[in-house]
Amino acid sequence: MNRRSFLASTLGLMACGRLVAAPASMPRFLLVFLRGGYDAANVLVPVSSAYYYEVRPNIGVPKEAALPVDADWGLHPALAQSLHPLYLRRELALIPFAGTDDTSRSHFETQDSIELGQPLGGRSYASGFMNRLAAELGARSAISFTNQLPVAFRGEAQVANVALNAVGRTAVDARQSALIAEMYKGSSLGAQVNEGFAARDNVMRDLGEEMVAASRNAVAPRAFEAQAKRIARLMRGDYRLGFVDVGGWDTHVGEGGTTGVLATRLEELGRGLGAFSESMGDAWRDTVVVVISEFGRTFRENGNRGTDHGHGTVYWVMGGAVRGGRVAGEQMRVARETLFQDRDYPVLNDYRAVLGGIFARLYGLDATQLARIFPQAKSRDLAVV
Amino acid sequence: MGRTLALAAVFLAACASTPPQAPSRAALEPIAWPGDSAATELAVLNRVSWGANRSSYADIARVGTGAWLDAQLRPAATALPPDAQAAIDKMTISQRPIGDIVAEIDEQRRAFRNASAEDRKAERQAYQQELTRLAREAQTRMLLRALYSPNQLQEEMTWFWMNHFSVFQQKGPIRALVGDYEERAIRPNALGRFRDLLGASARHPAMLVFLDNARNSAGRLNENYARELMELHTLGVDGGYTQRDVEALAQVLTGWSLNFAGGEPSRFYPRRHDNRDKELLGSTIRGNGAQELDHALDLLARHASTARFVSRKLTMFFVRDDPPMELVSAMARTFSATDGDIAQVLRTMFASPAFRASLGTKFKDPLQYTLSALRLALDQRPLPDALPVLGALARMGEPLYARATPDGYPLTRTDWASPGQLATRFEIARGIAYRVPTRLPLELAPPLGDATRDTLAKASSPQEWNLLLLSSPEFMHR
Repeated sequence: MNRRSFLASTLGLMACGRLVAAPASMPRFLLVFLRGGYDAANVLVPVSSAYYYEVRPNIGVPKEAALPVDADWGLHPALAQSLHPLYLRRELALIPFAGTDDTSRSHFETQDSIELGQPLGGRSYASGFMNRLAAELGARSAISFTNQLPVAFRGEAQVANVALNAVGRTAVDARQSALIAEMYKGSSLGAQVNEGFAARDNVMRDLGEEMVAASRNAVAPRAFEAQAKRIARLMRGDYRLGFVDVGGWDTHVGEGGTTGVLATRLEELGRGLGAFSESMGDAWRDTVVVVISEFGRTFRENGNRGTDHGHGTVYWVMGGAVRGGRVAGEQMRVARETLFQDRDYPVLNDYRAVLGGIFARLYGLDATQLARIFPQAKSRDLAVV
Repeated sequence: MGRTLALAAVFLAACASTPPQAPSRAALEPIAWPGDSAATELAVLNRVSWGANRSSYADIARVGTGAWLDAQLRPAATALPPDAQAAIDKMTISQRPIGDIVAEIDEQRRAFRNASAEDRKAERQAYQQELTRLAREAQTRMLLRALYSPNQLQEEMTWFWMNHFSVFQQKGPIRALVGDYEERAIRPNALGRFRDLLGASARHPAMLVFLDNARNSAGRLNENYARELMELHTLGVDGGYTQRDVEALAQVLTGWSLNFAGGEPSRFYPRRHDNRDKELLGSTIRGNGAQELDHALDLLARHASTARFVSRKLTMFFVRDDPPMELVSAMARTFSATDGDIAQVLRTMFASPAFRASLGTKFKDPLQYTLSALRLALDQRPLPDALPVLGALARMGEPLYARATPDGYPLTRTDWASPGQLATRFEIARGIAYRVPTRLPLELAPPLGDATRDTLAKASSPQEWNLLLLSSPEFMHR
């Protein structure tokens, strides 16, 4: 990735002393958060583990059904048309045993603690790690494709947000927007109001064409796929850092195996991510997408053919220049003895270390800069990008 | 307690539109409010209601802030404007007992499952439409009460607890249940005892479906509800429970499930219950069937962590995003001393200097924003159509009964004042502003700063003036 040319232009920017749009050479980074704790063990299936098949008699994905990854792992068949081809093209790397040391097993606690990206204990809601990354890169080009600004993007750096499933024609015209902005001059909400109008105009400009096309389209595309295409359109433009979340992974009951609830959800997610990679076009080469979730689920299925809140999970790293087609990071044999608290996957690859390593490579950040994004974390270079 | 509640519930079903009187509790000490003025009356009204309008302002101005708050804490039976009441009275959820509604819905569900391939789609659609229609009735009823009831605190607290014990209406048959959940489990207890709320929520089919307890049975444990019951409803995540406590509570909860065969829509199934002794939070719960639930809920409701957790959340809703610790402690003491009497806890809060000092500074969430704009615009005039309002709430990310996760909607400015949300909010403001033929009453708006006054002077029409007023930073706060 064009680290050197990117660094040079960043330095140029800093000299100007004001925030301007990101340089064209800056790599793009999209964080996809699967909220609800997706069942990683049924997505990257430990096909060589007899114990997996013993404790998942109803929901386990049979070895024959799993898509080939390596001797120990297979991919859920719902990803056959979408992510498996990416894996085979070496544009997707998978990092099992990933996660955080937070063991509350609470969705909200763990999501927040990951998004804040701070050492456990004594955390502050003042800023999340994506915001600190935006601040470090010094470019005003971050956007969250969500209705609310996620914890990860809260903080000093100005970040836009837009709910892509709710964009529509605006009724507040330019004159009225200016009048409204005037009322907020000097108010603590002034920056947000201006950013809101600016992002609205950007989105209308970049999506206007597509929305006209879409309204002529008789068949409504699947929800996330449509959203993913819009994200690609915006990230191909000015935005360099993005965030989106996808819910619906909290499968306590009737999760299904090769087919069923989780399979349907995965198929939709995979299709969306596949559409994103295609829609990025040439820009896919300098784009990295990381998919994370707050935790994995119990290794054993529960009494309702579902799974409960667990610990270690699997992260996905994809992009046109990703060193993929492999299972990366620290690993161990999947067996009863290696489970964390006789229940879940352990965490061997800390999320701050993994993401820090990716950011370092992607943006040429040094240890001091990384320490501002992930304080007191040791980054680990898994060489996936 | 559980039995009394169930009996009361049966009785209530017959007269669904009149809220019951709270059980006899200690009398509330009146709130002294020295130095009362028109400005503080308006500020208090904007905080302790869904928004000031001419009639509610007349109410508070007539009796003064202290006496108005006293009356809000122990609301007397009251009437809605006749057309709002008539709209509620003719709803299915007002006319038919919930047992009949769910029995019929369940019948419909089985019908489409057994239908032939060609009929199946149509029957499934009919079933879905009926569920949506019932949910829409409940949503509309909520809006009508929030817009027109003189008992504003009761309506605010009903939403607060619906949000605290949040259910997601899109899951399973919850759309048919959510109106009953609000009407019989939450609203009658909104200013009552926390323990009663907790018990009513725990036994309600909406909660049993949402957090999967309907499927939780001996040997087939599902810990979803047990965990959220401690994390989100009572102790708080740092409240001092462990994974073992989650499992023990899940065992206590085994056997509480649905009954869609008519009558009360939930019940205890002894044969699905794990009747062994349990260790919960350092106490032993002897295997004792249905009684165990009350034992466990007593432990949770009376735990010191619960008093603090609930007081803190009330403070975030009514006072500040970063709750002053001193106030939270004082409220927690009241909570413990009165066995969780919610009106007493609120009284401690309203009488505090921190509450007074905070007036006008809380950022409105989308619901508070929309309702306050509508109340100002409509006063006692009828709402022409609830649907666009429900749509606006969805567009701003806070649709009624539709938080997908069990944590409920967040309560702070950081959560709702993102750039994208503000831009959307101005669009919603325009939608309301341009339907009002004349200027909104300026004297009922919060005090405006110079920037807003100067900008209002540039408005080219009464509608644009309304848009600017509703978009002003002052109107964003309560």
